[in-house]
Amino acid sequence: MKKFDTQVQYLKYKVLREVARKAWNDTLYDKLLDIPKIIIPGPEPTTRCCIYKERAIVEERMKLAMGGNPNNPNVIEVINIACDECPVAGYEITDVCRGCLAHRCQDACKKDAIYFDHNQKAHIDKTKCVECGKCSEACPYGAIANFKRPCEKACKVKAISMSETKAAQIDNSKCIACGACVYQCPFGAIMDKSYILNVIDLIKKSQNNEKYKVYAVVAPSISSQFIHAKLGQVISGIKELGFFTVVEAALGADMVAYKESKELTEKGFLTSSCCPAFVMYIKKSFPKLVGHISHNLSPAAEIAKYIKETDPTSKVIFIGPCTAKKAEFLQEEQKKYIDSVLTFEELQALFDSKDLDIYSLSEDVLDNASYYGRIFARSGGLSDAVKQALKEQGLAEFELKPVVCNGIEQCKMALLKVGKVDIGNFIEGMACVGGCIGGAGCLTHGEKNKDEVDKYGMEAYEKTISSAISMIKNINN
Amino acid sequence: MKKVVVCIGSSCHLKGSRQVVEELQRLISQYDLKEEVELAGTFCMGNCQNGVSVKVNDALFSVSPQTVEEFFMKEILNK
Repeated sequence: MKKFDTQVQYLKYKVLREVARKAWNDTLYDKLLDIPKIIIPGPEPTTRCCIYKERAIVEERMKLAMGGNPNNPNVIEVINIACDECPVAGYEITDVCRGCLAHRCQDACKKDAIYFDHNQKAHIDKTKCVECGKCSEACPYGAIANFKRPCEKACKVKAISMSETKAAQIDNSKCIACGACVYQCPFGAIMDKSYILNVIDLIKKSQNNEKYKVYAVVAPSISSQFIHAKLGQVISGIKELGFFTVVEAALGADMVAYKESKELTEKGFLTSSCCPAFVMYIKKSFPKLVGHISHNLSPAAEIAKYIKETDPTSKVIFIGPCTAKKAEFLQEEQKKYIDSVLTFEELQALFDSKDLDIYSLSEDVLDNASYYGRIFARSGGLSDAVKQALKEQGLAEFELKPVVCNGIEQCKMALLKVGKVDIGNFIEGMACVGGCIGGAGCLTHGEKNKDEVDKYGMEAYEKTISSAISMIKNINN
Repeated sequence: MKKVVVCIGSSCHLKGSRQVVEELQRLISQYDLKEEVELAGTFCMGNCQNGVSVKVNDALFSVSPQTVEEFFMKEILNK
């Protein structure tokens, strides 16, 4: 049964699972050193040169599973020793090189890195090359190709570069914590920090939800995950882990759609506030546009705020597809509402750390939100919801001109045009391609995920945004 | 002052907690009890097997959209 897209995710999952297993039993600090051997039993290496290196990398993954480097403000970290062996690719001379006489490539190279063999074929001295690409531009045959590293290729905001030691390095002033590099690195050398220990601690200290109650707020993209189990069984599983109850983040999305559409009619132009990576991108790379970001909280924070109003001592944990959410909840404004964040990968690890067979559980229910709140999980859903919310509030005369940006590259294109050309009046920005269902914390990413979200939306008991949020409006906590 | 808390968690929602809230809201207005009854919500009372869970000053009841008026008369208006 396929749980993950790649072996990298599987390895990360095993580390998370073992760390969690020991944390539940209070044996983590006694048995810490056993974990690398459990995961890499040997005697033959399976992924690296030797089992000792494999185990050393597992130790680094354990550090991240236990919260990562506290001195690094970023929630995404490079595991240097795992990156070490990644081939230094970049510009390479291919077989297309004809060994010409002109040697324009050599002339273009400022670092004297190009040399020729006895057939006049060019080669690049990688100890001198700085990957500027001038040779590639100069070659009339297009014989010099750029084999960019997968992490750099994945990072559309150009936050990843090569350090002096040739390992990947992340520029925190540009990184938006979307996790694209985490998912794309074929060696698993970049990982998101995990707060599973924090979550286990919150659950244990609640003493079966008697001291305080622990709420799980689950993102609607869950409908495209755990596909071999029924959603109701996953909800039962979350409660088995020790959560008091489970609430849909999509209800927060309904609340946001309602308020955001109103805000749009007042301001005339907005960029969406749902995707934390998109919001971070504007703050870091387009600071002049910060004033246009919707003042609404994200759907998760909105519903968490409401839960805390109904139950002030409660603890709220967001479970979703998103690594950027981990960065979001650490910010002052969100910290008040969200106590911790888990990804779907981490949820799977928590289930298995307790040997919970979710397929054998009975089906619980999860139904708080409307169709519109639920489709926030896929690109275009937010704009559909805002359109509906305008209609339901009698504001349909306001002409909504949404700009649906699917992935951070499209976000960039739209943001570059703001104030210069008329592109529309509502920028829906989703950093991940496909929307939240493309998030780096998803177990699997598939073609059918969008259909799963739409289907889940259709199944909602409430058909309109107004009816879903009417209870909240009718009661004054 | 009576505090009436209605469960709006998934299980109660599917059993009609929205209708229960709307009905209570209507009855509170009708009997002019806005100053005497505080209506609040919560996401689970741990009593999911029964109808829509409602607490009146910490006493737990189970109601439905059909029985809410009777419940209001007995437990809120006449107590």
